[in-house]
Amino acid sequence: MLLLYGLIVFMILGAIIAIETKDLLSSVISVGAMGLVLSIVFLILGAPDLAMVQVAVEVIALIMLIRLIVVREDVTIAHRYRYGDVFATSVGLIFAGVFIVFAAIAYRGMPSFGNPLFRVSQEYISEGFDIANIPNLVTAILLEFRAYDTLGEATVIFTSIVGAFVILRKKGRND
Amino acid sequence: MNGMTLIVKTITRLVLGFIVVFGAMTVVYGHLSPGGGFGGGVMLACGLILLTLAFGRKAALEVFREKLLTSWDSFGVVSLAEIVFIGLIGGYAMGHHISHGESFRLLSGGTVMWSNIVVGIKVGVFLFAIFMAFAAFRMNDNREWRE
Repeated sequence: MLLLYGLIVFMILGAIIAIETKDLLSSVISVGAMGLVLSIVFLILGAPDLAMVQVAVEVIALIMLIRLIVVREDVTIAHRYRYGDVFATSVGLIFAGVFIVFAAIAYRGMPSFGNPLFRVSQEYISEGFDIANIPNLVTAILLEFRAYDTLGEATVIFTSIVGAFVILRKKGRND
Repeated sequence: MNGMTLIVKTITRLVLGFIVVFGAMTVVYGHLSPGGGFGGGVMLACGLILLTLAFGRKAALEVFREKLLTSWDSFGVVSLAEIVFIGLIGGYAMGHHISHGESFRLLSGGTVMWSNIVVGIKVGVFLFAIFMAFAAFRMNDNREWRE
């Protein structure tokens, strides 16, 4: 338990460093370290599928971000403090505080970690292996009980890649 | 995009086969061990991206031509829709037109293994196409997309 809280504090520090530093390369490396620690947190909480996907996607995202930084000429951010920043920051903090108070009140009414609320979730855990004969329960839920949702996700991925190709083709034509 | 130095090319030649085989194993054994179609597809895309970074854009395009990228992606979506919807002909939901075998074998689980393979192809091609569109074709000088 102490290891879990230590890693979460490390992630918070990494996020603060990623926002506040002036050098773009440092902030990208800090984002990469945060993603790696997140995959260790997934392992501690008992989700190996998520940990494998998190490591691989983090590596790909890091490669693309570093490539974007290398192409740019200036790699620092120049920031001048203006008068409207104080008002925006204080309003943001007040709304975040109100949200945290209400979330803490609502959190006490929720069931504990590992006991699901709906009856369907309980039936998936207790009778899923008898119905489907598949040992990996996560894959069984994704592709056997809820396959229509996976089909919707595949359609969304396909639409996004077609949209990206259309936009980049037009950009290549006008340059 | 040019390639990298000789050290990176030698290490890539040694390691790339293992990456692709491990990604394929994660996809195919998705119903027995953690992983599944999405994790294995991301690993396959990482192998292809490593090939592009180490050997340059032209070597990767010899393996996988540009025209085929959207074709493989479309094949993935149409196959997944066909696997999910074709059971409706007989009156069943998905998964009942291929029988569930005994558990813990490779060919068990009905349509789950074929759905894993199709989703793995789809996610791998999608991430590799995104990488090529954003990072490899940006350096192109005033040439259009060759179709």
